[in-house]
Amino acid sequence: MSLKSKLHETKMKFQGKKMAPAFNAIHTFLFAPNETTHNGSHVRGADDLKRTMNTVIMALVPVLIFSIFNAGYQHYAGLNGFPENFSLMEHFLTWENAWIGIIKVLPLLAVSYGVGLLVEFIFAVIKGHEVEEGYLVTGILVPLIVPVDTPLWMLAVAVVFGVVIGKEVFGGTGMNILNPALTIRAFLFFAYPTWMSGDKVWVHQARERSEQILAGATDIDAISGETILGYLAQNKGAAMEAKYTVMDMFWGFVPGSVGETSAFLCLLGGLFLIFSKIASWRIMVSAVIGSLVMGLIFNGVVDQGWIGETSKFYGLMSFDYWKHLIVGGLAFGIVYMATDPVTGAQTNRGKWIYGFLIGFISVMIRVFNPAYPEGVFLAILLMNVFAPTIDHYVIRGNVNRRMKRLKNAVVHPKDSDGKAVELQAETV
Amino acid sequence: MALLTKKDAGLILDPLADNNPITIQVLGICSALAITAELEASIVMSIAVIFVLGVGNVVISLMRNIIPSKIRIIVQLIVVATLVIVVDQVLKAFAYELSKTLGAFVGLIITNCIIMGRFEAFALANGPWKSFLDGIGNALGYGVILIIVGFFRELLGSGTLLGIPVFGDPIAKTGLYQFGYENNGFMIIPPAALIVVGIIIWVQRSRNPALVEEN
Repeated sequence: MSLKSKLHETKMKFQGKKMAPAFNAIHTFLFAPNETTHNGSHVRGADDLKRTMNTVIMALVPVLIFSIFNAGYQHYAGLNGFPENFSLMEHFLTWENAWIGIIKVLPLLAVSYGVGLLVEFIFAVIKGHEVEEGYLVTGILVPLIVPVDTPLWMLAVAVVFGVVIGKEVFGGTGMNILNPALTIRAFLFFAYPTWMSGDKVWVHQARERSEQILAGATDIDAISGETILGYLAQNKGAAMEAKYTVMDMFWGFVPGSVGETSAFLCLLGGLFLIFSKIASWRIMVSAVIGSLVMGLIFNGVVDQGWIGETSKFYGLMSFDYWKHLIVGGLAFGIVYMATDPVTGAQTNRGKWIYGFLIGFISVMIRVFNPAYPEGVFLAILLMNVFAPTIDHYVIRGNVNRRMKRLKNAVVHPKDSDGKAVELQAETV
Repeated sequence: MALLTKKDAGLILDPLADNNPITIQVLGICSALAITAELEASIVMSIAVIFVLGVGNVVISLMRNIIPSKIRIIVQLIVVATLVIVVDQVLKAFAYELSKTLGAFVGLIITNCIIMGRFEAFALANGPWKSFLDGIGNALGYGVILIIVGFFRELLGSGTLLGIPVFGDPIAKTGLYQFGYENNGFMIIPPAALIVVGIIIWVQRSRNPALVEEN
């Protein structure tokens, strides 16, 4: 007996029982169900929720693989310095780099999926409906947007919070106001700020070692794990440029949250999502425009001399406007977070406004946030809240315009052949 | 004969659960969010509101036949303001540190919707004894929620209860902290109170679906 028919039998055995949704979930997770529509013919697209989710996951797999190697690369670069003549095979795609990634990144992924799906299962059983696929994408996004050394229990607490408060209270997948992955990150950020911000959390062991050195250990090397934005926020732009080239930033060989560093892979993923018509290109393009505009405004302020070199905003404000796109989490946020079809704007014009404001506000928060030089997740969460309002006014605007057109329209009566009848003088 | 008739007991018990001023009527939320970061402050705030609402309801009820209805709000304000000033002075005299923690929120009891709401809805139409029970009941209903929220926020946010460490010392890393546990900074900030109150509302309504509003 094949696995599929066994699963089917178990499913039928539990049909109507309390635990039925859990067994159904395992079945539909692995196989397409046998049942087809019984009556009536329906045209169905093949791109159902599961396929949509799987496409996004496919777009994220390269990022995940890159992040596994980058976790190790940043760790050893922090210890031994960056290699002189960097070669991808010799310095980046090595077993020791991968090993650090495997012991640090994969557990994050496992906890994220394990806890998140458990919560989904529990809610499906309580509510008595099918388990929703909603967590599939969230589960892979979460480990990619947290620092590499995040303790697993913290992640578990945050995932429970994010799935329950961010999604289930609103009615589950498709009903949530806030992006669950970003809710999880925001929870971690506000609950455990020492693990989520500062200079020492972005590289494996940086924090541990600095604590040991503070405690008096002398036989270990410190790791300075500042992100590029971290350098800039402290007005150390020159030191940053000596350490990282623009190409490093673009390819992603820099410290940061696990999977956010590579703008190149985000670009590839973004193109893949656009061509597979899963994500909205309008949101991506307008978010890029928004961040460029805000960056240009800040550059302009510096060029005008309104901000002196001693100002604490100088480093971030004088940063070339287009470089904002390749550092930090902006590229990752624009491609994978802002385009979430549930929490984003739905109307085409709304998408332009929504995306533009995400880019604009991200760079603004990045520069002005005193505690933490990054604002992408805050900007996207903020715009998630405003997305329904934007849609509402776009739709109202459309309705009003059509009403106006209807009022001003001249109705031409037609004869039986469909040709317009010459209007008589008295009817005009 | 029982101490309270069934109806009188209902006046006290109803606001504790099925007619709770915070979770059902959604009144008095502002102070519930602001001062519940510590359990002690929640308890003192609850006692203050029990005193103000119990005494205030009796005073208003006694005067209910002589208050001209056009100026009744002003009369109510004067009564509640007097009582709040008494509470404030007592706190300043006997618990100065605590009165600094509570800060403006003792004074803001005056604007607590629950108090004016009970004056308007109950004390103006009922006798002193019933008004007294109703005042105590509603203030207790308010206090129960405050104490539940304060309990969880202090326990999870600071790892203490009434200032006494529960999980060990976070700096010397004893107790739970030696296993890597950390206090949840999110519970300290007011939005956490909103979420805890929200969870209480959620649990209460899913246990008793009759409470769910139609919309």
